Amino acid sequence: MSTDLTELTASQAVAAIERGETDATELFEAYRAAAQADELNAYLWVADAAPGEPPPAGAPLAGVPLAVKDLFCTEGVPSQAGSKIIEGYRPPYTATVVAKLAQAGAPLLGKTNQDEFAMGSSNENSAYGPVLNPWDRTRVPGGSSGGSAAAVAAGSAPWALGTDTGGSIRQPAALCGIVGLKPTYGAVSRYGMIAFASSLDQAGPLTRDVADAALLLRHMVGHDARDSTSVGFPGEIATPSAERLDGIRLGVPEELTGEGSGVEAGVMDAFNATLQLAQELGATVESCHLPHAPHALSAYYVLAPAEASSNLARYDGVRYGKRITGGGGLPEMYTRTRSEGFGAEVKRRIMLGTYSLSSGYYDAYYGRAQRVRTKIAEDFHAAFDAFDFVVTPTAPSVAFGLGTKTADPLAMYLNDYCTVPMSLAGIPAISIPNGLSEGLPTAFQLAGPAFSENRILDAASALQTAIGFDGSAGRTR
Amino acid sequence: MSDVEYEPVIGLEIHVQLSTKTKMFCGCALAFGEPPNSLTCPVCLGLPGTLPLANERAIHFGLMIGLALESELAPRSIFHRKNYFYPDLPKGYQISQYDEPLCKGGRLGDVRIHRVHLEDDAAKLVHAGSSGRIHGSDASVVDFNRGGTPLAEIVTEPDVRSAAQAREWLTLLRTTLRRLGVSDVNMEEGSLRCDANISIRPVGSATLGTKTELKNMNSFRFLERGVNAEISRQEALLRAGEVVTLETLHFDPTTESITSLRSKEQAHDYRYFPEPDLVPIAITSEMLQAAREAMPELPAAREQRFAELGLNHGSARQLAWRTELGDFFEAALAADGAQATREPQPLANWVCNELVGLIGEADPTTTKLQPSALGQLVALVGQKTVTPANAKRVLERLVSDGGDPAQIVDAEGLGSIGGDDTLEPIVDAALAANADAAEKIMAGNMKAIGAIIGHVMRETKGRADGGEVTRIVRERLGL
Repeated sequence: MSTDLTELTASQAVAAIERGETDATELFEAYRAAAQADELNAYLWVADAAPGEPPPAGAPLAGVPLAVKDLFCTEGVPSQAGSKIIEGYRPPYTATVVAKLAQAGAPLLGKTNQDEFAMGSSNENSAYGPVLNPWDRTRVPGGSSGGSAAAVAAGSAPWALGTDTGGSIRQPAALCGIVGLKPTYGAVSRYGMIAFASSLDQAGPLTRDVADAALLLRHMVGHDARDSTSVGFPGEIATPSAERLDGIRLGVPEELTGEGSGVEAGVMDAFNATLQLAQELGATVESCHLPHAPHALSAYYVLAPAEASSNLARYDGVRYGKRITGGGGLPEMYTRTRSEGFGAEVKRRIMLGTYSLSSGYYDAYYGRAQRVRTKIAEDFHAAFDAFDFVVTPTAPSVAFGLGTKTADPLAMYLNDYCTVPMSLAGIPAISIPNGLSEGLPTAFQLAGPAFSENRILDAASALQTAIGFDGSAGRTR
Repeated sequence: MSDVEYEPVIGLEIHVQLSTKTKMFCGCALAFGEPPNSLTCPVCLGLPGTLPLANERAIHFGLMIGLALESELAPRSIFHRKNYFYPDLPKGYQISQYDEPLCKGGRLGDVRIHRVHLEDDAAKLVHAGSSGRIHGSDASVVDFNRGGTPLAEIVTEPDVRSAAQAREWLTLLRTTLRRLGVSDVNMEEGSLRCDANISIRPVGSATLGTKTELKNMNSFRFLERGVNAEISRQEALLRAGEVVTLETLHFDPTTESITSLRSKEQAHDYRYFPEPDLVPIAITSEMLQAAREAMPELPAAREQRFAELGLNHGSARQLAWRTELGDFFEAALAADGAQATREPQPLANWVCNELVGLIGEADPTTTKLQPSALGQLVALVGQKTVTPANAKRVLERLVSDGGDPAQIVDAEGLGSIGGDDTLEPIVDAALAANADAAEKIMAGNMKAIGAIIGHVMRETKGRADGGEVTRIVRERLGL
C-alpha cells in the first residue's frame, strides 16, 4: 500500500487490514513512528514495539492502535494523570475499558498528555508541559484530554481515549477539529480511571469522524462488576447511517447561546450555519430553555472540587508516588509531599473542595450545588419532552493562545460553559467539527437523553456529511 | 457543692469486625496471622483508579444485627466518605455511613440503640521504638491485611448509668452477636471494640453534662475500670469547681491512666459527603427474607426458654449468655442413650460450676469432653454411683482425655461404697477411733460428725457418700 497508512480513519484501517492491504504490525509501526516524532508534546509515553502477538482472531478492531489518556491505569506502563505526584507510577493492573479495547483488537500505542488530574481546559496544567494545538502551535489544544485530541487531530494516533468530567473530551475535540463523545454516565466502566470527580467522570472516544466514534464506543460500553456505578448500555452501539434529519427536533437553549453566553461571533456564525443545514436535512430548529443552566458552572465548581479533594487525598506520600521528607514528622511529610507534588490548579481545587465540604459550609455550598444539579437534570428532562436533541456550540471560542488565560482561572473555567450542564445531568453529548473561524476549528454539540448515543451518532453523522469539514490541515504533526 | 450526688450518663459506640470471608469493599480474604500485606489488592490498598464494591454478606450481617437489636431497617441507605489523613487509611477517607445508616433505633435489654451502620476498618500500624505509639516512634510500618475488614458500628443511646452496667450490657451484646454468628467478638483481638461517651450530672438533673469520649478499652475488665476512672476524674473536677472539657481520651490499660488524645479545637472535621463510587444500598424483600430466615434464637429468648425448663435464674442466664455453654448443655440434655441424665438443673449446675471451673472462658467443644459423657456422669452422680467429689476427678479426665465416665469410674475404682454392708464396718471403726467426736454428737453437736466423715473418706478414698455415712452414724448412735 503506497499511501500513508496514517491518513486512514480507524474504520478505514480496520477495513484495510481485513482486506489484507496492510497488517496490524505495519499499521502499528506507522503510528508508533508518528507518535515518536510528535512535536506537540501530546505523548507522555509511546510503546517501544508493536505487540508481539497479532490481535485475537476475528478481533473487531483488527489491531488498530489506540492512544490513551495518561490517567487510565495501564499495567506496567506509566500512568501519572499528568501529575508529578505519581511521576513514573506503573500500576499493577489495567483499566477495564483499556483492557476491553485491547481484547477487541486495539492495542496500546501510547499515553497522552493531559491537564493534571484532568483539571483544566487548555492542557497548560500538565506537570509535563503544555500540549500544542496542531492547527497552530502557539495555541492550546483544549483540555483536559488535550494530548489525546492533539494526537488524533495531528494524525499521530488513529483514535484516542479521553475522559470528560465537565467537557474534557468535547472541548479539546472542538479546539482540535475532531469528534469527541461523552457517553451517558455509567455506560462505560470507570474502573482504572484515576479519578477527578467520581460522579461526573466518564471515558469516551476522540476520533477523526463520527463512524470511528461509534466503532470505538461500541467496544467501550458495558456493565463492569468492578464499578458499582456502571450500568452498561441497553443494546449495541450501531454504525451510524443516517443521511437526513427528517422529523428531528433540535432545541437551541437560549441560556447557552444567547446574550451573556460568551460565545464569540465567528463560532456563533458557524453554529447558525449548521442549524440552517440541519433544517435543509429535514430537522426543525427552535429555541428552548434550560433555566438553571447559567448556574451549572457554579455548581460544577463546588461539586467537582469537593469530590476531587477527597479523591486526591490518597496521594499522601505513604504508599506510592512522590514522598518528600526532610525533618519533622508525619504532618510535615504530608504537607511537603502534597505542596510540591501537586500543581497550582490542583491545589486550588483541593482548597475549594475542602472548604465547601467543611462543617458549617456543607449545606450552603455542597448541598446547594447538589440541588442545582438536580434542577439542571430536570431542565434537560423537560427539554427532551419537546426536542430530540439540545444543540449548542461546544466551546465559546476557537483555540486560544498559550498563556493567555492562565492568570485568570474564571476565564479559563468559562470554556466549559456549554459542556458542563450535560455532565451534571449525566447525559451523552457529542462534539463534531463545524467549520473554521479565523482558520481554526469550531464545533457543534448535540446532547440527548440518557442512553440516546445511537440517535446522537446518527444525527451527528448526517450533520458531519453536510458540514463537510476537512481536518487534513490539522495533520501537521 | 461537695454534697451533690452525681450520676453518670454513658453511651457506647461498639465496632464489630464482621466475620465475612472477604473484605468490605474488595475480594481479599480475611484471615489472621498471614504475612503482612499478603491479603491485599489494588482496591484495599487504595491504588489510583480503583473502586469499591459493597460486600453483600456484610450487608446481610448488618440486617441480622438490625433485626436482633429491633432496629428499623432502612429500605435505602447510603455510604458516606469520612475524610482524614492517617497512614493506616490508604484512600485518605474511610467509607462509612452518616445520616442514612442501614439501621436506625432499636433496643437490646435495658439500653436503646441509636443506630447501626457499616464501614471498613483501617489497616494496622506497627510502631518501632519504645513508645509503641506513633508519637516518639522511630519508624512506623503498615500492614494492610486488616485494612478493609467489614465493621458494623453500633451506637447506643446514653442509657447506661454505671460502669458495671456497661460491662454487663456489652456482655449481652457480645453474646447476641456471637449467637448471630456475624463476628468473633473477641475484645482482646480487636474484633469487638468499645468506646464510651461519658458525662456526669447531679442526680435528678435532666440536662446532660459535657461529655468525653474514652477510647481503647480492649477488654471487659478495662471497660469497667476505664469508665469508672473517667467518672471519678469528672467528679473530682466538678467537686473542685472546675469544668469537664469536650475531648477524646485514651485509656492506658497498663497504668489505668487517662490521657487526652485531642481537644475540641483539635477535633477532626471529617467533611462527610455521599460516596460517589457506590450506589445506595437498596434493601429488597429477598434480602430481608434471607436475614429473617438466618436469625437464630437470641440470648433473651433462650434465657426465657431455659427458665421454662425449670432452670434457676443464674443458670438460665449463664447458659443463655454464653452461647457455647448453652449449646453444650442442650447437646448433653439431648444426648442419645438411656444412661444420660434428663434432669436439667443438675446438668446445668455441672456445666456452670464444675465444667466452667475447669475450662474457664474456653469453649467446651475444644476439649475432649463429649456432651453425652457429661450427661452420663451427671446421671451417675444422681444414682449415687459416684460421689460428687470423685465425679469431679472423672470430669477432669474426660476434659483432658475424653472417654466413657462409667468405664473411668470402674477402671479407677471410684465407684461409691454404700447400699450394701461394706460401709457399716468402716463407720464403726471410725466411731471407735474418734470417741470424742462420737460423744459430742451424742450431746447434740452435729458439727462433730465432720471428723467421722473425714475418717471414712480417708479410708474409702472418697468413694463413700457423705449422706449415707451420716445415716449410719445416726443409726449406730441411736439418734
